[in-house]
Amino acid sequence: MSDLEFQNGDRVRVHTWYPPGHVRTPYFIRGCNGTVIGCAGVYENPEKLAYGQDAEHRPLYRVQFKQADVWQDYQGPEQDTLVVDIYEHWLEPDT
Amino acid sequence: MSPHDHDHEPHPYQPDIEDAPFTERMVMAQAVEELLIEKGVFTADQMRAQIESVDSRTPAMGAQVIARAWTDPEFKARLLEDVNAATEELGIDAGHIPIRAVENTEDVHNVIVCTLCSCYPRLLIGLPPDWYKSRAYRSRTIKEPRTVLSEFGTELPEDIEVRVHDSTADLRYMVLPRRPDGTDGWDEEALQGLVTRDSMIGVSLPKSPD
Amino acid sequence: MTIQRHHDMGGQDAGPVEPTEHDYALWEKKVDAIIRLLNKTDPQLLRVDEMRRGIEELGPGVYDDLNYYERWISSATNILIEKGVLNIDELGAKMAEVEARWQADRDTA
Repeated sequence: MSDLEFQNGDRVRVHTWYPPGHVRTPYFIRGCNGTVIGCAGVYENPEKLAYGQDAEHRPLYRVQFKQADVWQDYQGPEQDTLVVDIYEHWLEPDT
Repeated sequence: MSPHDHDHEPHPYQPDIEDAPFTERMVMAQAVEELLIEKGVFTADQMRAQIESVDSRTPAMGAQVIARAWTDPEFKARLLEDVNAATEELGIDAGHIPIRAVENTEDVHNVIVCTLCSCYPRLLIGLPPDWYKSRAYRSRTIKEPRTVLSEFGTELPEDIEVRVHDSTADLRYMVLPRRPDGTDGWDEEALQGLVTRDSMIGVSLPKSPD
Repeated sequence: MTIQRHHDMGGQDAGPVEPTEHDYALWEKKVDAIIRLLNKTDPQLLRVDEMRRGIEELGPGVYDDLNYYERWISSATNILIEKGVLNIDELGAKMAEVEARWQADRDTA
């Protein structure tokens, strides 16, 4: 897909936004830095669908994070990761 | 209490109602069902068919898919590319919501959670267990997967990567577990018997031959 | 400043995972079926996103007091009322009728 903002391997940061309402970007991942490992497809924005509104299509990325970068007190080994599916508008380049 | 006439057939046993008190939401569910049928939104037959369809989805379906992937590398490649398309080859309709299979290797062990609600690949492996939907699983698996897994009796080596997938959006996830050692030459049916629901969630490993 | 909503619980502390399971009761299967059928009507009367949002709006106390399918039916019913698919008066009357019927079945069983 040529009009994707992010490609596999890109480093991204999740916005530190805390809006009310229906969002599918979990609280724990906001402000974290990770790596795009795939585009899961393009889907209608759930933030609109949840309110019975017509929704525009937005790319959904699979973003991988080191556990140690997400949790201050992560107990496991440093190679452990988590992967979260995040919509494009919640991501910015991690420069 | 009014006298009860026993000339007719005995009541069919309805444990929901007769064993436990019915709750407000049970009443609401029944009322909503009846109203929607009266209004022609759907029919009683459609309700029955929908319930039967869900009842027919069980971990055994997932086990078929896993066993095929273990014995057929090209099928496995197609499965990892597109679960919904690959499962059609086995006559399984996994629905239109995309399911992604994540493969366990000697270096990576995958675990699935939905922290926001309880998304689960139900059309392929059936309805989720209560614990998957619990506060404890949803809050802790994402931040301490190895501890949660050890609560399930699963200990993983320190030198592999444990990778937790939070199915936050339009994808559902399932784990493609590693084929157990000591199963060379086993046929698919025998292999299916080793695949457990919990191994497709990632909290356990499949059964081993002994 | 941050807002962490009650349902958005990843990373919160909690006790051990109790490996509980239960066979789904008929009423639970019915709730599941009602929601799935509403997803498939034309035009679509309920989206899963709407139901999720409705569950999130139930509020912390109600969210914890209700079980999984109780949350589903609470949310779906609220949304059907908002959309005018169900009217409050007919719902009130039907719920009273169902309760009376079930109570009579219990009393005479």
